Amino acid sequence: MLKIYYVWELPVRICHWINVLSVIMLSITGFFIGSPFITAPETSMYVMGWMRFLHFAFAYLFTVSVAARIIWMFIGNHHASWKAFIPWVTAEGRQNFIKMFRYYTFTGKKITYEVGHNPVAATAYLGIFALFIFQIISGFAMYGQFEPGGFWNGLLGGINVLVGNQWLRLLHHGVMWLLAGFIINHIYSGWLMDLKMRNGTMSGIFSGYRYIEPEDL
Amino acid sequence: MKTDLEVNTSPIPEELLQRVEARGINRRDFIKFCTATTAALALPVSFIPTVAQAVEDKRPPVIWVEYQSCSGDSEAFLRGNQPTAGELILDLISLEYSDVVMAASGHQAEEAKHQAMEKYKGQYILVVEGSIPTGADGAYCTIAGESAMVDCKKLVQNAAATICVGSCSSFGGIPAAAPNPTNAVSVSSLVPGAAIINLPGCPVNATNLTATIVHFMTFGKLPAVDRLGRPKFAYGKRIHDNCERRGHFDAGQYAEAFGDVAHRQGHCLYKLGCKGPESFHNCPTVRYNEGISWPVMAGHGCIGCSEPGFWDTMSPFYRRLPKVPGFGIEDTADKIGIGLAAATAVAFGVHGVASCFRKGDAMEEDKVVKED
Ligand code: HEM
Ligand code: HEM
Ligand code: SF4
Ligand code: SF4
Repeated sequence: MLKIYYVWELPVRICHWINVLSVIMLSITGFFIGSPFITAPETSMYVMGWMRFLHFAFAYLFTVSVAARIIWMFIGNHHASWKAFIPWVTAEGRQNFIKMFRYYTFTGKKITYEVGHNPVAATAYLGIFALFIFQIISGFAMYGQFEPGGFWNGLLGGINVLVGNQWLRLLHHGVMWLLAGFIINHIYSGWLMDLKMRNGTMSGIFSGYRYIEPEDL
Repeated sequence: MKTDLEVNTSPIPEELLQRVEARGINRRDFIKFCTATTAALALPVSFIPTVAQAVEDKRPPVIWVEYQSCSGDSEAFLRGNQPTAGELILDLISLEYSDVVMAASGHQAEEAKHQAMEKYKGQYILVVEGSIPTGADGAYCTIAGESAMVDCKKLVQNAAATICVGSCSSFGGIPAAAPNPTNAVSVSSLVPGAAIINLPGCPVNATNLTATIVHFMTFGKLPAVDRLGRPKFAYGKRIHDNCERRGHFDAGQYAEAFGDVAHRQGHCLYKLGCKGPESFHNCPTVRYNEGISWPVMAGHGCIGCSEPGFWDTMSPFYRRLPKVPGFGIEDTADKIGIGLAAATAVAFGVHGVASCFRKGDAMEEDKVVKED
C-alpha cells in the first residue's frame, strides 16, 4: 500500500522558493551590473541604480532565507537535517550513492528509492549551499566597500585584501554561471525522478508530501 | 593705512608668519600650504595653527632612496606649476639624500647618505621609491656595491618612519608583475613589522605625500591606515563613490568606445574597463598637477594603480573583469559561462531523450492502474 509521507516541512519549502526567486533576481540584476545592456536616454534616469538596489535588496532576502534554512537543519525533521546532505558518511549511503550514480550514467538499472533526497542530489545540494554561502560572503565583502570601516567592511574587508578586489568580482560573477548550470541540471533531474520514481518528487516541493511504497524502500 | 593684504586674517599667528618670511618663504604660499594640507588630512580648520607651528619649527631630515623604479614618483613630486606643494616642502624639510635632486654623485653621495643615517639615527623620515629585487641575492639592483635588500633594510631599521611612495615600494608594483623575473617585493614584505606607511599610486600623488610628512611633523606619528597600510585620509574612499561621472553610472549612461557620442558627453567609463569601483584613492577630490585633472576627468578609465598587484589584477585595462585563468584572452567570464550552461543543457537534453526510451526502470510499475 502506498503511504503518504510529510517530507518537506513548511520552512524548507518557503526557503526553497524564496531562494529560487532570489537566485533568479540576483542573476538577472547581477548580469546587468556586469554588462549593462540598457542605455538610459536621460541622465535623470536611475537604471543601474535600481538594478543595484534590487540586487542588494534580494541579497538581504536571500541571506535571511539561507540562514533560516541552515538553522532549520538543526531543528527540522531528519530529511531537512544537515546530516541529510552528507549521505556518504554511512556505508549504506555510499552504496546508494553508487547505485544512483550508476543509474544516471546508464551503467545500472535501479534507482535508489528514498523518502528524502537521493544521495547524489543531496551531494549536489551540499555544493549548492557552499556556493550560496560563497556568494553571500563575496557579495557583502564587495558591498561593504562603499563604506570602509563600516559594518560589512569591518566584518569581511579582510577577504578583499586576501583575494583581491578583481578576483573576488570574477569569482562572484563566475559562480552565477555555476548556479545556472545547477538549475538546468536540478530541474531536469527533478523531472526525471518525478517520471521514474512516481512518488511525487515535483509536487513534493510545493505540498511537502511524497507518496512512498514502503515495500520498495 | 593698512591694506587688506597686510592684515593677517589667517588663523596662523603673525609672528610665526614673519619667521617664515624671514626664511624667504612667501607668506601667502605658506598660509595656502598649511590650509590645503590640513584639509587634505581631513583635519578641522582649528588645526591650521598647530600644523603651521609644526611645519615651521621642525625641519625633519629626510632620506629619499630609489630602487627598482622609474623615478616617476620623484617627477610627480617635483613637477607642477608655481608654487608647488613639493617645492614648498623642500624648504620645510631637510632633504639629506635624493638620487634625483641632489648635486653630489658617486662616493660623495653615498657618503652623505651614510652620514645622514648615522647622524639622525631613529629620527629621519625615509622615503622609498621602487621595489626591492630579492632574486639572485639582490644582484639585480645594487648601489655602491651593496644590494638594495641590504641597503633598504638598514635604512628602514634606523628610520623614525618609512614612507613608501608609489605602487612599486608599497606593493611591488610593475617590477613585481608576473612573471616577476627579479623576485621584486615591497618594503613592508622586506622589513615586516617596521613603521611603514604605503602611499601607492602610479605615481604617488604629491599632495598625499606632503600631507603624510606634515602629519608626522605635527603629531610625531604616521596617520591612521587601512588594512593595506595606506593612510585613511587619502585611501579611505572608493574612486567610484567620489567620481564626477557617477551620476551617469547610476543613470545607466556609458561610453562604449573612446570618442563615441557618450564618451564626448562625459558619460561613465565603466564599460571601457574603468576600475574605479575596485580602487581606493582620493584622485577625484585631490586630483593631479595642482588639482587640474585626473584620469577619469580626462576621459580615461581608472586602472586601479593604487591597489596591490594592479598590473596583473586590474588588467586587461579596457575590460571590466580579469581574464579567466586557463582560457584565451577573448574568452570572457560570460562567454565561458554561456558555454557551460549550453553544454549542461545539451548534455541533460540528450540524457533526457535516452532516459525516455529506457524501459523497466520506473518504480511501482505493477501498481499503475490501467483504465480502459
Ligand atoms: C545567487 C546569488 C548571487 C548572484 C548570482 C550574483 C551575481 C552577481 C553578478 C553576476 C554580479 C556582477 C559582477 C561583475 O561582473 O562585476 C554581481 C555583483 C555584485 N553582487 Fe552579486 N550575486 C549574488 C548574490 C549577492 C549577494 C548575497 C550580495 C550581497 C550583498 C551581492 C552583492 C553584489 C555586489 C556588491 C556586486 C557589485 C555591485 C556593483 O559593482 O555595484 N551579490 N552579483
Ligand atoms: C534557482 C533555482 C533553484 C535552486 C537554487 C534550487 C535549490 C534547491 C535546493 C538547495 C534543494 C534542497 C532543498 C532543501 O533540502 O532545502 C532543492 C530541492 C528541490 N527543488 Fe529546487 N532549486 C531551484 C529551483 C527549483 C525548481 C524551479 C523546481 C521545480 C520546478 C525545484 C524543485 C525541487 C525539488 C522537487 C526538490 C526536492 C529534491 C529532492 O527530492 O531531492 N527546484 N532545490
Ligand atoms: S609606482 Fe609607478 S611611478 Fe612610481 S616607480 Fe613604480 S612605476 Fe614608477
Ligand atoms: S567613470 Fe569609473 S569611477 Fe567614475 S562612475 Fe564610472 S565606473 Fe565609477
